[in-house]
Amino acid sequence: MKSRSIKVDYLARVEGEGGIRIKIHDKSVSEVEFNIFEPPRFFEAFLRGRHFAEAPDITARICGICPIAYQMSSIHAMESACGVSVTGPLRELRRLIYCGEWIESHALHIYMLHAPDFLGYQDVLQMAVDHGDAVKKALKLKKSGNDIVNLVGGREIHPINVRVGGFYRLPTKQELQGLVDNLKWSRDAAIETAKLTATFTFPEFERDYEFVSLRHEGEYPFNEGKLVSNRGLDIPISEYENHFAEEHVAYSNALHSVHRVRGAYVVGPLARFNHNFDKLTPTAQQVAREVGLNPPVKNPFKSIVVRSVETIYACEEALRIIQDYEPPEKPAIDVQPRPGVGFGCTEAPRGLLYHRYRISDKGLIVDAKIVPPTSQNQKSMEQDLREFVPSRLNLSQEQLTWQCEQAIRNYDPCISCATHFVRLDIQ
Amino acid sequence: MKKPKKPKLAVWKFSSCDGCQLTLLDCEDELLAVAENIEIANFPEASRNIVKGPYDLSLVEGSITTPHDAERIHDVRRASKVLITIGACATAGGIQALRNFKDVREFTSIVYATPSYIATLNKSTAIADHVFVDFELRGCPISKHQLVEVLSAFLNGRKPVTPTYSVCVECKRRGTVCGLVVTGGPCLGPVTQAGCNALCPSYHRGCFGCFGPKETPNTSSLASYWQTKGVKNPDLLRLFRNFNAYAEPFRKESEAHEK
Repeated sequence: MKSRSIKVDYLARVEGEGGIRIKIHDKSVSEVEFNIFEPPRFFEAFLRGRHFAEAPDITARICGICPIAYQMSSIHAMESACGVSVTGPLRELRRLIYCGEWIESHALHIYMLHAPDFLGYQDVLQMAVDHGDAVKKALKLKKSGNDIVNLVGGREIHPINVRVGGFYRLPTKQELQGLVDNLKWSRDAAIETAKLTATFTFPEFERDYEFVSLRHEGEYPFNEGKLVSNRGLDIPISEYENHFAEEHVAYSNALHSVHRVRGAYVVGPLARFNHNFDKLTPTAQQVAREVGLNPPVKNPFKSIVVRSVETIYACEEALRIIQDYEPPEKPAIDVQPRPGVGFGCTEAPRGLLYHRYRISDKGLIVDAKIVPPTSQNQKSMEQDLREFVPSRLNLSQEQLTWQCEQAIRNYDPCISCATHFVRLDIQ
Repeated sequence: MKKPKKPKLAVWKFSSCDGCQLTLLDCEDELLAVAENIEIANFPEASRNIVKGPYDLSLVEGSITTPHDAERIHDVRRASKVLITIGACATAGGIQALRNFKDVREFTSIVYATPSYIATLNKSTAIADHVFVDFELRGCPISKHQLVEVLSAFLNGRKPVTPTYSVCVECKRRGTVCGLVVTGGPCLGPVTQAGCNALCPSYHRGCFGCFGPKETPNTSSLASYWQTKGVKNPDLLRLFRNFNAYAEPFRKESEAHEK
C-alpha cells in the first residue's frame, strides 16, 4: 500500500490565509482539510453594543475585496429590523454600486487570480510578459468597476457613502454619465473575456451540487429575493437559519456552513447563473450560449466563464441604471430604530452573504450573526478535492498540487471573510 | 551595460481584511510600471511564486493577534532590510483591537461553538509593538497615492512625504464647508491625520477617523465641544473607538467617556 500526501501550506492567489492538506492512502483519499489559519477577528462579538447605523462601516472591514457586499447585507438587515424598505432611485443606486463591485472583483479573479492557472503562469505579471494586451485590458476592465464604486461609494475599498436608509450624498446625473463610455468599452471587453476564457482547457469534472442563490422575479439578484435551490428550497431569507447551520471543526478558524438535512451546498456564480439565467440581459444570454455555457453548469472549473458572463451583465445593468437615473429628493430615507430582528442576504461576487441582527429600542446591536460565502462553500471545496484527486494520481506531485489549488480557486475563496474561516495541506 | 538588479518586494499579511494589500493590485494604472522597477518576490495574494529572502522592502499588513504571529513577525523583520507597515491594523491594531477593551474569552465563545480550538491573544496590537518599523503608512484603507509615494520614495532612497497634519487642512484646501461648524455634527477631522483628501466631509458626513490620530491631537477639547452640542458619553466613546481605537490618543479619549 502506498501513501502519498499533498500539502499546500499557504495557498496563493486567494484573499486571506489558508492551506490544503490531502492524505492519499492506497489510491483513495483518506483525508481532506481546507484549513483556514487566518486569525479570528471576532466581529460578531464586538458588534454588540454598537449603534445599528455603524454596522455598514464596521462590517465592511471584514473584507477589503467585497466591502460593498457587507455594507449591502448589513443595511438591508437593519432596514428590515426597523420596518422600512428603500425603493426607487436609491434602490437602483445600490444595485449600481454592487455592479461596480462585481466588475472589479470578477475581473480581479478572472485575470489576476484564476487565468494564470489555466495558462500555466505563476501570476498575472508573468502572464503579462506573453499576454500584455490582455492584461492591460483586464486592468482597465477592473478599473471601470472600481470607478463606479469610487463615485457612488467615495472610494474603492471600504466606501464611505453607504448608510442605513440610503446614501450621504447623491451622485449627479452628469457624474454618472461620465462613466458611460468606459462601461460600454468594458461590456465589450467582458464579452471578449467570456470568449477567451471559454477556450481554456477544463478538467472533466462535474458534480451534482445543491446550488443555493437568491432568486428575484424581476431581476438578476443582488440585494433582494428568495432563497432557492435545485433541491426544492424556496424560502424567504428570514428562514435561512431554519435550514442552514454552522459547524466548528478543529483545523479551521472558519465555521463550516451546511444544509441541516442535506449537508454541503454551493453558493456563487454557478448557483446564480443556473437559477437566474432567464434574468440575464439578452446579450449576456446570447454570449453564454455562443460559448457553450448552458444552465445548469456543474463543472466548477467553468466558473471563470460564468464570472465573465456575469461581468457582461453587470456592465449592461450599470449602463441601464445610469441611463434611467433621476436623482431622488433626498439621499436617504429616515430610519428610526425599534426593538427587533432584521435579516439581510445579498449576492457578494463569490456568493450569498447572510447577516442577522437583533437591535434594542435605543438602536444598539444586541447580537449579530454573519455567514460569509466562503464558509458556505468550504465543505463543497473539500468534497471536490476528495472526488477530484483519485482519478489524477498519475500526475506528478507538482502538477497535482497545482490542480488542487486551482480547484479551490474555482470558488474565489475569500478567507479573510470566512474567519470565522480556512489552510490546504494535501498529504 | 548590465541592468542593475531590481529590489525585492515582499508583502506580508497578519490579522486584517486584505484591503490594504489589495490596494497594490488596485493600482491599475501603475501596477505594470511598479513591476518593471521592483521584483515582486513574495506576494501570495498575487502569485504562487515565492522567491526566498532577504527582501529589500517588506510591506506588512495586519495586526498581531495570535502567539504564532507574535513569533512570525520577528522572522519577517529578520528577512527585511526595510519594513513598512500599511494600514490601521498594522499601525494601531485595527478594528479587531476592540477586543482589547473586553475579555477575549467571552468573545471566543460568542463566535465559536468550541472555543478551545481557537488560539488567540488577549490583545490585537500594532506591528511596532513587536519589532522595529521603518515607516508607518496609515489608513483604513491606505491611500493608493500614498502607497505609490512610499514605493517611489523607497526606490529613490528618500523618506516618504506623507502629511501628519489634520483632515481639516485638506477640507480647507478643497473648499469643503465645515460640517462641524455649520451643522455641529460629530466629525473627527480636527484630530485625525490627513491622507484621504477629506473624503467624508465632501460626501456630507463627518470624518470617522480612518487615518488615526494626527500629530499632537487635542481630543479632549474636541470632545468637550461636542458635549456642549449635546453629544452623550456613549456616543463619544463609540466615535473614538473605531478602526484606530487602540492608537493612544483615541484610546485614552474613549476611556475617559467609559463611565
